[in-house]
Amino acid sequence: MVHTSIADQPRYDCRDAYVETLAELAEADHRIVGVVNDSVGSSKLNSFRKAFPDRLINVGIAEQDMVGVASGLANGGRIPFVSAASCFLTGRALEQIKADVAYSNTNVKLCGMSPGVAYGELGPTHHSVEDIAWLRAIANMRIIVPADPIETAAALRWAAASDGPVFIRVSRMSVPKVYAEDYEFELGKAITVRDGSDVTLISNGTVLWRALAAAERLAEEGISARVLSMPTVKPLDTDAVVAAARETAGIVTAEEAVSGGGLGGAVAETVVQHHPARVSILGFPEFAPTGSAGYLLNRYGLSPEGIADAARKLVTTGT
Amino acid sequence: MTLTVEHTTMPVLGRLPVHSSRAEQIAHIAEAAKQIRIQDLKLVHHAGAGHIGGDFSAIDILATLYGAVLDISPATVNDPERDRFILSKGHVAGALYTTLAAFGFLPVEDLATFLKPLSALNGHPNRNKVAGVEANTGPLGHGLPVAVGHALSAKLDVSLRRTYVLVGDGELQEGSNWEAMMAASQYQLDRLTVIVDRNRLQQGATTKETNDLDPLPEKAAAFGFAVVEVNGHDHGELLDVLSAVPFRPGKPTFVIAHTHKGHPISFMSNNVAWHHRVPDAAEYQQALTELARYDRGRL
Repeated sequence: MVHTSIADQPRYDCRDAYVETLAELAEADHRIVGVVNDSVGSSKLNSFRKAFPDRLINVGIAEQDMVGVASGLANGGRIPFVSAASCFLTGRALEQIKADVAYSNTNVKLCGMSPGVAYGELGPTHHSVEDIAWLRAIANMRIIVPADPIETAAALRWAAASDGPVFIRVSRMSVPKVYAEDYEFELGKAITVRDGSDVTLISNGTVLWRALAAAERLAEEGISARVLSMPTVKPLDTDAVVAAARETAGIVTAEEAVSGGGLGGAVAETVVQHHPARVSILGFPEFAPTGSAGYLLNRYGLSPEGIADAARKLVTTGT
Repeated sequence: MTLTVEHTTMPVLGRLPVHSSRAEQIAHIAEAAKQIRIQDLKLVHHAGAGHIGGDFSAIDILATLYGAVLDISPATVNDPERDRFILSKGHVAGALYTTLAAFGFLPVEDLATFLKPLSALNGHPNRNKVAGVEANTGPLGHGLPVAVGHALSAKLDVSLRRTYVLVGDGELQEGSNWEAMMAASQYQLDRLTVIVDRNRLQQGATTKETNDLDPLPEKAAAFGFAVVEVNGHDHGELLDVLSAVPFRPGKPTFVIAHTHKGHPISFMSNNVAWHHRVPDAAEYQQALTELARYDRGRL
């Protein structure tokens, strides 16, 4: 039998699944509109604009207005999907996200395109590694970080069908398919994508497949790693986290985000309050130097080998 | 001092019959504005907090909108086709709550909970807690973009429902307003009306001393709006202008309502100290006396 690693599977840009699904949803429900800050090309929405010319609201390069307008569209009964580079959407319009969307509880879907370090060499102004930590601090906000095109599409379908604010990251950096085609998204639920008993790897987004590849390596060394996919960062599946803390030697979190306040922070907060255990948090602890997205992930230990290293260290030394 | 239900005695005003004359409408608005001011004064005095200067600056505009302009009533407060009013200067929540109570959206006795623990009547309005509130405002520069979004939804629906947003003049220093004005113009939102409460005072000084907005009419016109200036305390002028929009097909409307903070109280009017000062017992009595004399919008 030929063993194939997830690392060898074909890769996909999740924005393609995004625009395809948004068009399907818009076809079925006239209330759905896109709202952009000139980001038609970078959100890959050219085909959407062609199909629904009146339903792609482009406010120009004006993120505060973009989010406020989305809130007003929701007041008028529309279901706006705001599509913009995650760095500008969350950084520039943070107060609108807080007041006009989350606190006002408007039915606005915020879609952060090309998040994390996807913009690579363009540098930290364009990296969106803070988005999850910022939005986690806002009550009434749901945060979803899909890992592949299947989960991206499933999360969008869920968002369209459920009332209220949500932030969905839409990855630009290509990823292999992690889920089966019939996957259905459930808010606030972790998915055990690989079972294991020695150590738990918790991940999402573009890093999930890397965690799976790390578990493959660890298995070859006799270390049984559980891999939990955690697409919903808020509300967090605390039961799955506590079970991991109880049943394995410790937890490694790995995400394309800052190493404080994101998924790792959420897991650590849960563990210290409910079942203290070792948690090793992988992410970006500083403004990244120049480099491609792939280079930067590897540099900060978010490669399969980097994640495996953190797990080995945790299993062997307890730190 | 404690605000109690005894301090909430305002008469509830119904809507006028559809074909009321202009004179009847103006009299109705004037009576509403008088009662709202008296109640709002009690609210701020007995609660020991509030923004009475801005409240009194905006009350004639609010009374005109709810008394004779907006197609909205307590029975249609959730009707998708209702007109929308968004209070962007959310710190004058007391004036909005009192107005909503005057027109039956909110039980008058609920005003006794203003600012109290767990009250729906927070220092800034919350759409999820108070019927008639369309957006949770408070941070400045938020209402106009939301209004643009609503006006866009109406346009997409090919609906004639209108959107009105009241902004403070100091608030126009926030850049988000100008982003929204560009979009409103681009999308030719002629069912959108921006009303500026042009009292020329912000928290601690005049707008001119702080970050001058003038020439405001020219700026708004340059951003693609049809601009109209009115006396923001003259109910007839307000009624005529706010009922007549749009003035230019394809253009959103920008109404500069010239007002005075604290109007019409002699010691408050146009006095920057009354942004959020609370009247003491003597000031309260004097203000009540002045408001009792105030008739048909005149002292």
